[in-house]
Amino acid sequence: MSKLSISKAIREGLHEEMVRDKNVVVLGEDMADMGSVFGITTGFLDEFGPLRVIDTPISESGFTGMAVGMAMRGLRPVVEWMYDDFISCCLDPVMNQAAKIRYMTGGQVTVPVVFRAPMGAGRRNAGQHSQCLESLFTHIQGLKVVCPSTAADHKGLLKSAIRDDDPVVFLEHKLLYAKKEELPDDDDFLIPLGKADVKRPGRDLTIITWSRQVYFALEAAETLAADGIDAEVLDLRSLVPLDWDAIAASVAKTHNVMIVEEGVKRGGVGAELSAQIMEDLFDELDSPVCRVAGANTVSPFSPPLEDAVFPHPADIVAAARGMFA
Amino acid sequence: MNYQTDLKKYTRDFLFTAYRGMLRVRKFEEKAAECFTKGMLAGNIHLCIGQEGSVIGSAMALEERDFITSTHRGHGHCLAKGAKTDRSIAELFGKSTGYCKGKGGSMHIVDVDKGILGANGIVGAGIPIAAGSGLATKIRGTDEVTLCYFGDSASNQGTFHESINMAAAWTLPVVFFCENNGYGVSVPIGKVTNTDTIAVRARAYDIPGSTVDGADVLAVYERVKEAVARARAGQGPSLVEAMVYRWQGHYCGDPAAYRPKEYIEEAHRKDPVALFRKRLLDEQAATETDVTAIEDEIAKEIADATAFADASPYPDVAEAFTDMYTTDNERCIAR
Repeated sequence: MSKLSISKAIREGLHEEMVRDKNVVVLGEDMADMGSVFGITTGFLDEFGPLRVIDTPISESGFTGMAVGMAMRGLRPVVEWMYDDFISCCLDPVMNQAAKIRYMTGGQVTVPVVFRAPMGAGRRNAGQHSQCLESLFTHIQGLKVVCPSTAADHKGLLKSAIRDDDPVVFLEHKLLYAKKEELPDDDDFLIPLGKADVKRPGRDLTIITWSRQVYFALEAAETLAADGIDAEVLDLRSLVPLDWDAIAASVAKTHNVMIVEEGVKRGGVGAELSAQIMEDLFDELDSPVCRVAGANTVSPFSPPLEDAVFPHPADIVAAARGMFA
Repeated sequence: MNYQTDLKKYTRDFLFTAYRGMLRVRKFEEKAAECFTKGMLAGNIHLCIGQEGSVIGSAMALEERDFITSTHRGHGHCLAKGAKTDRSIAELFGKSTGYCKGKGGSMHIVDVDKGILGANGIVGAGIPIAAGSGLATKIRGTDEVTLCYFGDSASNQGTFHESINMAAAWTLPVVFFCENNGYGVSVPIGKVTNTDTIAVRARAYDIPGSTVDGADVLAVYERVKEAVARARAGQGPSLVEAMVYRWQGHYCGDPAAYRPKEYIEEAHRKDPVALFRKRLLDEQAATETDVTAIEDEIAKEIADATAFADASPYPDVAEAFTDMYTTDNERCIAR
């Protein structure tokens, strides 16, 4: 085991896949000389050359669409959008092309592309650089959507995403990049898409979450333990495919469910999960499904304002206490 | 019509292939229109009647290993690149024997094995896909050329600028081939565009750009051939603009009242199929018997293809849920 920051873990996973498979190429803004703004591809240009580590112009629609063409020709492009907010500039190649082409060609061709995108609030980047847009992606049929939390999950899931033959949106929370954690040394370490992970077992309450909020849920769970509420933290890791079996197993054990997400509450992933739990697990529930999510407002710049609009551990604790009051 | 091309440079086989190709597209489109009018086709279709010279001339400049991307008006491009009439009509009919098992329809005929990377329902969306195909060729160090079909109005999408800019900056083996039929649905291109041609925009990217008369299949062939040779030699992309006429409205059934009657008159004067037939006969490259034989052959091919499509079953309803995902398909659809 070695200890690496999450950004380094992502780098390591990407590096291993590029060594393993010459069809893996990376492209995006500032990927080559700069090594990406978050340092994910530092040193890649020297090692893999300019045909596999490509600095694109600021043309999100163009290079995202090109990645679709490259994937149809058998390459495995890994695209970086500098921020997930930039999907606004390149939705067509994702939504109407990458996600639809396999189906609309009757399965003639696959589009094995990974779209990596940093996301999330907390860096004082204001409303155009702070969104969690996973619910937008899960709504598009044909995409897989991955939102890891730990260093090992980032690495193992990215490697699986690159090897997957379907288009995968891989969302990395920016506030996790600097976090240092243990990582297995095995260079064939894979975590399958669609497998949730119980990050903390518990008897009384299932907290379903993903990405950065996993850490907040774990912190909240410790506080709740002192109150006598034993919370289970279920890290979904990928939203499509969804590990429904893990959700059902946990709900059958605790009979109380909270869904925590950073993205805005209205139309969020939590709304969908809540509906599915109501539909299929209603008899297991002792209380209504509780959602803790981002406020339906723009992520503001000013630090005290920004901190007020997305969930923190205290919000999770307060909501859980409300459930058991 | 004054031809800039010399018929005598071409073999009989080449000329007959060109005529057969154009006629196949014309008759395919006429049959599609007939079936649509009779209510045999669902949805809507966009026909390329009148544009056969640019369709066939450009495709004949390609090798089998080359690639194309196409548009919503793509039946002709796909047939020209080798798609079969029977499976293409079956796709229009939404039948299980269609190229996409009936999941794509008119705007999405694809035969990837023939190098067809897809027709496309989104205007301008094929342009970056073509550029990406060109980049794939460059990364692999192979020599396929990708020809990107698009219309005059797609040149006003951002993808046009972004893709050609990258293709030029990275000398990608792509031919950007604009079929300028003068209209984006109902809007004349000159009303929304400040340049006389689309080809002049090539200057912005420092690549070759030129216009060619789409009514002369040989002129299109020769111009695209040059662009293909340049691309294959590693000298980068070109922009070729064929001036063509769209006989029908934007879609089949569109009365197209927005167009002056002079446009239609000119379109019929510049009928690429009739002109080429006349030229073959006038210049003694073919006899009436020769061209009639080709016409009979195509009539039979289209009739057989239509019968095949008509007799084919609709897909099983379970097909609605296949081909979404390569791995974990059922689970991804269930939740």
